[in-house]
Amino acid sequence: MQLEYFLLIAAALFCIGIYGLVTSRNAIRVLMSIELLLNAVNLNLIAFSNYLDPSEIRGQVFGVFVITIAAAESAVGLAIVLSIYRNRDTVDMEQFNLLKW
Amino acid sequence: MNLADGVQIVSLAILALMMIGSALGVVLLSSIVYSAFLLGAVFVSMSGLFILLNAGFVAAAQILIYVGAVNVLILFGIMLVNKREDFIEIKNAWLGRLVTAAVCVGLFALLGTMILATPWSVSTAVAAGDEATVIIGMHLFSDYLLPFELASVLLLMALIGAIVLARREFLPDDDATDATNAPVFTLPERSRELATLSRDKSS
Repeated sequence: MQLEYFLLIAAALFCIGIYGLVTSRNAIRVLMSIELLLNAVNLNLIAFSNYLDPSEIRGQVFGVFVITIAAAESAVGLAIVLSIYRNRDTVDMEQFNLLKW
Repeated sequence: MNLADGVQIVSLAILALMMIGSALGVVLLSSIVYSAFLLGAVFVSMSGLFILLNAGFVAAAQILIYVGAVNVLILFGIMLVNKREDFIEIKNAWLGRLVTAAVCVGLFALLGTMILATPWSVSTAVAAGDEATVIIGMHLFSDYLLPFELASVLLLMALIGAIVLARREFLPDDDATDATNAPVFTLPERSRELATLSRDKSS
């Protein structure tokens, strides 16, 4: 029964992350919401690895990979936000009309 | 229910409450600095959940990488773009927020019914426990060797890409007369506005 608890927690975190990703207007808060999404996925992976595959913990290996990619993603994302802020002088997502027509 | 199960359930409940509450704070609070610190609380309680799931190595990596690196990086980002600006009001912004909240609640309901309706084939094998670190090392250097090396190349690419993206333009002084009356302790790089100003002055 405990597996379902962890999966429900991860689903709730994922939904909170999607809400923040869509509604927040500060670009840095969008990055934080992406981190929440990645953490929810990671919790899912570790829970599956503990309950469905406890001897060959492949899920933990995937979790380590996800953490690595998340670190790279946040570094590049913050660099992009900084360079946009330097050019546009704002961090408001609604004022960025790049990559859209 | 014996004592160990009770402790597990209680700590699971406490960690889940901490995590969901902090995540709501990250998304809903208006001050972004509070959001960043609450994001750290989310990461710490997530690492507690990993320890509950017999994943000590991933929990340590979570603390080291997320709290130590990503959270500090986000705080630095907040300080670097520290600008108090009141966002321009958009018409019917509440409608978008309402629709998003409805979609998210619907998604949670969908995922919840899927989770509760699926008959999970829970394995009865004994958990790896403290052997987990050794097993992860075995996996990383045998059957997951190629993704491991690709991840290292990707980290290198992200490192160089972040430097190239965030660096200011390097503009050396082209006229030597400017360098004499400039203050001594200036960086060789300057922001773009200053560079265009000095270029206008010299021309």
